[in-house]
Amino acid sequence: MQQPGRAAEIKAIGIGKSFGSFRALDNLTLDIGRGEFLTLLGPSGSGKTTFLMILAGFVQPSEGRLFSDGADITDRPAEQRAAGMVFQGYALFPHMSVEANIAFPLKVRKKSAAEIRKRVGEMIERVGLVGHEKKLPSQLSGGQQQRVALARALVFEPGVLLLDEPFSALDKSLRGQMQAEMKRLHQETGTTFVFVTHDQSEALALSSRVAIFNHGKLLQVGAPDEVYDRPDNRFVAEFLGEINMLPLKGVKPADHGSTGLCEDRAVSMHCKAEKVRGDAILAIRPEHMSIAPEAAAGENGIAATAIASTYLGAATKLDLTTRHGAKVTVSVPNEVAAAALSKGNSVWLTWPAEKGFLLPDGGQ
Amino acid sequence: MRGVLSDRMGAALLMAPLLLFLVLAYAWPFLGVVKWSFTLPTPGLGQYQALLTDDLVQSVFIRTLRIAAIVTVVSVAAAYAITVVWVRGSPAQRLIAEFCILVPFWISVLTRAFGWVALLSNRGLINTWLQSIGFISEPLTLVRNEFGVIVGMTHFLIPFAVFPLASAMRSLDERVLLAARGLGSSRMRTFWTVFVPMTRSGIIGSAMIVFVFSLGFFVTPAILGGGRSVMIAELIYLRIFQSPDWGLGAAISVVLVVFVGALMALLFRYVKPKQLV
Repeated sequence: MQQPGRAAEIKAIGIGKSFGSFRALDNLTLDIGRGEFLTLLGPSGSGKTTFLMILAGFVQPSEGRLFSDGADITDRPAEQRAAGMVFQGYALFPHMSVEANIAFPLKVRKKSAAEIRKRVGEMIERVGLVGHEKKLPSQLSGGQQQRVALARALVFEPGVLLLDEPFSALDKSLRGQMQAEMKRLHQETGTTFVFVTHDQSEALALSSRVAIFNHGKLLQVGAPDEVYDRPDNRFVAEFLGEINMLPLKGVKPADHGSTGLCEDRAVSMHCKAEKVRGDAILAIRPEHMSIAPEAAAGENGIAATAIASTYLGAATKLDLTTRHGAKVTVSVPNEVAAAALSKGNSVWLTWPAEKGFLLPDGGQ
Repeated sequence: MRGVLSDRMGAALLMAPLLLFLVLAYAWPFLGVVKWSFTLPTPGLGQYQALLTDDLVQSVFIRTLRIAAIVTVVSVAAAYAITVVWVRGSPAQRLIAEFCILVPFWISVLTRAFGWVALLSNRGLINTWLQSIGFISEPLTLVRNEFGVIVGMTHFLIPFAVFPLASAMRSLDERVLLAARGLGSSRMRTFWTVFVPMTRSGIIGSAMIVFVFSLGFFVTPAILGGGRSVMIAELIYLRIFQSPDWGLGAAISVVLVVFVGALMALLFRYVKPKQLV
């Protein structure tokens, strides 16, 4: 239906927005690539929705410029931006049938009746709503309303599709189904998708890149594995999933990375000690740590005592306390957890050098 | 369960005085009126037959329906504009709209009717002003006719038309309007194709209230119509108090009440009572 070349490329330069004395968005500079699936992730009030509303043209930025395919669209009203938008709660027209809802953007664009019929028909088929054409939104389930909203936002082949927490009202299984559907629609249409969510697993699962926001600031943007494995700061590290933080002393550069002292044992990291020297925090994801009876010489490891476990089915979450009193959580195979607990004495926590990363001590 | 029951009891007790008053002051005397309509001057359906043949009664009925229809259209349209400002305007605009809606409630219907006479009569403000700027040479007949009645009634009824509209506009999901704009619809188009249809229940409620009120108007048509534009309520008054024709007056009353009752029943099929306030 659509050529990937039609997708829009968006450039935000120094965008800021204040509501009275509240700074909703601060000096945001971000390039959104043609046809990419970018997720804006952050807690509520982090500025992610404000940025989406600025992209849509519903909110005027206090400063900064916005470009779409090289054209300055900062002052362009929403109705002239041709961005498709899916709202939280869908915002369907309650007095119009499914068909009429989807036809709306085409009628506004004064397409011929024949073309409207053809494209609405195609879209209804594409989102699996055949047989529901004449129904009103109130006669549809949440998932079906979601499909109507997607169809309505995509039918006029917008350069960019903006999605504001579209799945927040759906139950878990339907959510997974709609996520898969959205990924498929992204591939089929090739349009640029900008998706807002506060759910980190959703962000990691769907996006080609994730932009993490907090307190009106863009903290980091990168591919899902990049931001998950190498977060720039503590907030990003913690927001994307559970993480263990261990105090590190005497951090200095070394061959192929850096070294430091963790609980009086020398440890090495592959990441460079560019931003941090001396005291720092060593961060490691629970699934990247393992339990061993002993740490071999030259291997990263510290002594700890297992205290509790939570059975998760595929794996077990094991809580431990290190010799210096730090709390650590690891995700390990069920039998390993049972063995560690039954022994009731100290075990070793080990991790590969490439899986630990450095964060500045204190602050964010 | 007990909580629900005692709540209902409490509500019933609170409403009882009003209900009692309505029964004693309206329902009971109205039964008397119904009785008159079948018994005066002689028992039978004579008065209702007369209604069907009496040219004067029929012309008054038709005039009443016509005036009520015009007043309804004008009032709802004007109220719609005011309500949009009241509900969606800037804080200053809201304040002004609220003032315009509430102030009329503090001025009696009689005062307002005479106010319009002062404005609209041959030597009233409007005619003198139009003559002084040379726009007209002879005064326009603006009062003691249907035009005057419509102006006075519309002015009186606009505030009543506002509340059902405001209720509908307040419950409207703002995001639906944003969605329309985002899909490429201009402000104007969004207003007509999304905003207005979504406030349909408010428009129906508002129109019904104004129409039903208009059918029973007495003071305003009596003063601004000057006897030349008699409406049903005035006709009933004339039949009962001036030509002692109680039977016919009673029959007209019964027809009016049944008609209004039927309209209200129709209204509540489409609109819930709480949407009207």
